[in-house]
Amino acid sequence: MHRPDDKGLIIGSTDELLAHAMAIEMEAAERYEELADQMEMHNNPEVAELFSKLAEIEGKHIQQVRDLGGDDELSLKTRWKYGWAEPGVSEAPDYEDVHYLMQPYHAVSLALRAERRAVSFFVEVGEQSEDEEVVAMAARLAQDERNHVTLLEEWLNILPEPDEDWADDPDPPAEG
Amino acid sequence: MDVETTQLAPKQYKSGLKPVWCPGCGDFGVLSSITRALSVLGLRREEVAVISGIGCSSRIPAYLDVYGFHAVHGRALPLATGLKIARPDLTVLVAGGDGDGFSIGGNHFMHACRRNTDLTYIVMDNQVYGMTKGQASPTTDPDWEAGKLTPGGTGINPFQPLVIALASGANFIARCSSSDPNGTAQTIVEAIQHPGFSFVQILSPCVTFRPEQRQWKNLVHPAPVEPTDDPARAARRLLTDDAYFTGVLYLGQRAPNEPVPKQSRDGIAALEEEFKVAST
Ligand SMILES: Cc1ncc(C[n+]2csc(CCOP(=O)(O)OP(=O)(O)O)c2C)c(N)n1
Ligand code: SF4
Repeated sequence: MHRPDDKGLIIGSTDELLAHAMAIEMEAAERYEELADQMEMHNNPEVAELFSKLAEIEGKHIQQVRDLGGDDELSLKTRWKYGWAEPGVSEAPDYEDVHYLMQPYHAVSLALRAERRAVSFFVEVGEQSEDEEVVAMAARLAQDERNHVTLLEEWLNILPEPDEDWADDPDPPAEG
Repeated sequence: MDVETTQLAPKQYKSGLKPVWCPGCGDFGVLSSITRALSVLGLRREEVAVISGIGCSSRIPAYLDVYGFHAVHGRALPLATGLKIARPDLTVLVAGGDGDGFSIGGNHFMHACRRNTDLTYIVMDNQVYGMTKGQASPTTDPDWEAGKLTPGGTGINPFQPLVIALASGANFIARCSSSDPNGTAQTIVEAIQHPGFSFVQILSPCVTFRPEQRQWKNLVHPAPVEPTDDPARAARRLLTDDAYFTGVLYLGQRAPNEPVPKQSRDGIAALEEEFKVAST
């Protein structure tokens, strides 16, 4: 994959695209596992459980891409070659966006943002490619990501919105 | 440690110990980048050592399943230098914070650059002492007023680690952001592969004592230039840089310092004798 003019995003084959998709899903699964550990470490069991659940769901997505022909080895070995080193492509929430007092609403909002990023990525790949198979596979992957977005939107709708002072800690770590 | 035969996934370089860092801390991203870099290089766990000093960032060897040493504050570099000279076959990474590396360890930093031993030095720069609850560090801006020990700000010029590294003789100089773990991993790969002393400054937010650093991910941007091997061009580049450029900024051509240690004259027994505590 390369960006010839900083706008184009060209993926040359379905193998390449699936390796990319695998890498994206693997990174997301690993990130959710890490975030679950962070929350567990900081005594936020509710959000820890939610992140674990999201990690599990991403694990299923990895399997779906594998079933489409995604290759674990290829994905692992060629992350750089495929230009996977681009910020903003990731389906994983950013490390900086979590907080030890965060609530399930925040966690699902983060996941939603990350899934939307993945939709845009596959849409862009489809738009930039002239290879019919790549275009079809990108459309399929974008649709899968849209389904994940819908699921998360449903979750978010039933979660209570946090109070404005959700981050107030009566015994804050920053007070020496 | 078992000897590995196949390429490991990044996760397999983690020790399984859960980090105690604050959720949101940039050091999580750095940990992830290091494991990716080791995976890409296909290094076996027993071929790598990570040496650190003291600080939140310096806890990193505990979270990795490679050889590691959590050294004395500010002393990671001399320790790592000794290790590399004694075991040139090892890939030696040195990791820590801006306090560890540029305050108490500042002198070692300069001389490690000058010595040019084949090490990769990763500094997780959050412009604060995180572990001791938020004091100003050498890289803190002069007008940062939230530090209790420096009300009204330090009022003094921040230390310029990349410029000092260049002036002191580092052979590879790069800046990365913890918010881009894949890009950072790629730079760490290049740093490890480049011979001599490689210095990688990673902007890694301390979300607890510098919460405004959560915005760094929106400020960093790739340097609009290719790496240069010309120190004069690199100097101009580093002196005019806005502190948020990322990428490899200098690729030196100096041969690394690889002294071959002579066989010790004395055996272990003679050394033990020398260090014996006299009984009273
Ligand atoms: C000899 C000595 N002096 C002082 C300290 C106290 N101390 C522990 S960590 C630290 C600074 C940590 O800052 P930094 O290296 O930037 O790491 P961070 O915690 O921000 O990752 C200091 C001064 C110490 N442990 N040992
Ligand atoms: S205090 Fe700062 S540097 Fe230390 S773990 Fe927390 S966020 Fe990271």
